[in-house]
Amino acid sequence: MICSITTKEWQKLKKNGFWYEIKKNKVLYAMFLPVAIYYILFAYIPMGGIVLAFKEFNYRDGILFSPWNGFKNFEYFFASGRAWLVTKNTILYNLAFLAAYTVFSVACAIFIAELAGKIFKKFIQSVMFLPYFVSWVVVAAMMYNFFNYDYGLINTLIKNIGGEPIDIYSNPTYWYFLLPMLYVWKWVGYGSVLYLAAIMGFDEECYEAAIIDGANIFQRIFYITIPMLKPTMIILILLALGRILRGEFDMFYQIIGNNGLLLDYTDIIDTLVFRSLMQVQDIGMASAAGAYQSVLCFVIIMLVNWLVRRYDKDYALF
Amino acid sequence: MRKGKDYILFNVIGYIFITIIGLFTFIPFVMLVVSSFTSENYIINHGYTLIPKEFSLSAYKLIFQNPQRIFRAYLVTIVVTSVGTSLSLFLSTMAAYVMYRKDVRYRNALAFFLYFTTLFNGGLAPYYIILANYYHLKNNVLVLILVPLFNVFYILILRNFIRGSIPDSLIESAKIDGAGDFTVFLRIVLPLSKPALASIGLFIALNYWNDWWTPMMFIEKQSLYPLQYTLYLILSSVNVAANILQNVVRIDMPKESLKLAMTVVATGPIIFLYPFVQRYFVRGITLGAVKG
Repeated sequence: MICSITTKEWQKLKKNGFWYEIKKNKVLYAMFLPVAIYYILFAYIPMGGIVLAFKEFNYRDGILFSPWNGFKNFEYFFASGRAWLVTKNTILYNLAFLAAYTVFSVACAIFIAELAGKIFKKFIQSVMFLPYFVSWVVVAAMMYNFFNYDYGLINTLIKNIGGEPIDIYSNPTYWYFLLPMLYVWKWVGYGSVLYLAAIMGFDEECYEAAIIDGANIFQRIFYITIPMLKPTMIILILLALGRILRGEFDMFYQIIGNNGLLLDYTDIIDTLVFRSLMQVQDIGMASAAGAYQSVLCFVIIMLVNWLVRRYDKDYALF
Repeated sequence: MRKGKDYILFNVIGYIFITIIGLFTFIPFVMLVVSSFTSENYIINHGYTLIPKEFSLSAYKLIFQNPQRIFRAYLVTIVVTSVGTSLSLFLSTMAAYVMYRKDVRYRNALAFFLYFTTLFNGGLAPYYIILANYYHLKNNVLVLILVPLFNVFYILILRNFIRGSIPDSLIESAKIDGAGDFTVFLRIVLPLSKPALASIGLFIALNYWNDWWTPMMFIEKQSLYPLQYTLYLILSSVNVAANILQNVVRIDMPKESLKLAMTVVATGPIIFLYPFVQRYFVRGITLGAVKG
């Protein structure tokens, strides 16, 4: 299309025209093309598939030609009684994850930054990063190793001191505590590196001045380090809030799986969508729940971003 | 620096706290390895322990007695990880470079085009149906490479890294010397981005290596199962484990230690990558900051 235009016609086009810009940097735009095509095929086209939530899907007609059924899928989803349950679980678990993760990451980063003993710190940082490297499949194996009713380490210890073994896989209440702990375990190494890097970038002079003024190490942490970490914390929390409705499917699925005893306490939107799609083959329910999740997620991001912009423009995501 | 009481107190608290966290992250790995070398009898009678008592290689022997399936899974994982990581790293950096160039007027629009996909998506059901029924990616090894191929945040981190570490004047002078845009990228930007490439490359490689979700969704053919999915199948059922190990159903099969040995086998290689890229880590992650 571009090539069919002669050079004279080109000169006539305004210097700030769209096609002029494309032609001027055609190599650069071409270099962006692979990524662009990927996102069109694997993100934007499936995005359009959200219409599926309003259709009665059958494989013969496909997404485009399956008959519309209005809000039937949504009615069914909300009438199932699980909508509120999974929304609540998703949000509460993710808030707990976020709070625990932020507190532990910041604490670890501050300690690692201020402690004496370089070699020890390097070693411990490497150790803390280990869980980041393994998949949730492996974590599930470790959980089994730890908590298995018959052979698990914890129960072996309890039995050795004469106690009653605990069965976490049939006792839901443990999970409110265990899942956030597991989340921290997996990500604290990564989180502490993020915060540590921010601390490393702080101005030394602040600290020197504080020392001259007689501030002790606790005062320096509470009055200098933590306030200066605030922007990093806010950005990371904001990013996490944007994902608050898409929480850690990997973890829930691998650790809990389809354990019926725990499902009411640990079912999240992602696991519900997955079950309806892959196991029950209920595409209507899966699409409605997925669409509900996407729209709610989008609204939350926009709301959070709007609030932050009002508070301080520099903290906003966009 | 003077070392007052507060300093000593802080160090005591700090060391205790950090050591506890360190033990918590480390012990499960020790347990995993130790238990995989412990005899099945000991586990059944005494449960898992941290200190090995009855050393046994039987679980590993069983895995490597009929190693075809395991080696096959390894092969799939290694091919997918290496092809996927190099492709992803090269194309991501290229896109990042385009968005970094100030003379690209639509660079912010391009960045938003990518960023928007993280704000909104159609949900799992359309994604699955489009990939499986319209692109015919089901039971196709390509799906294992394509699904985890790009991550918007990595691309934006790479862009910020290039912006922060490569001066514009360098690019300009290369262009004056007659280098085209692509040559500049290949000869200047790529070599100078090594720290970011190392850490982002590791993240991408980890995503590929640890991916069990894509095969669970899209792969039914056993010959295309990667390592983590094979491991998942073994962990979720011992009967499947026997099946995967070439139908060697044996009465004395070490079920418990077999699972753990398999976990060790599946985890090993990627952890060895870590020391090589560790020194780039902090720089690579943070220079890119987090802001889109």
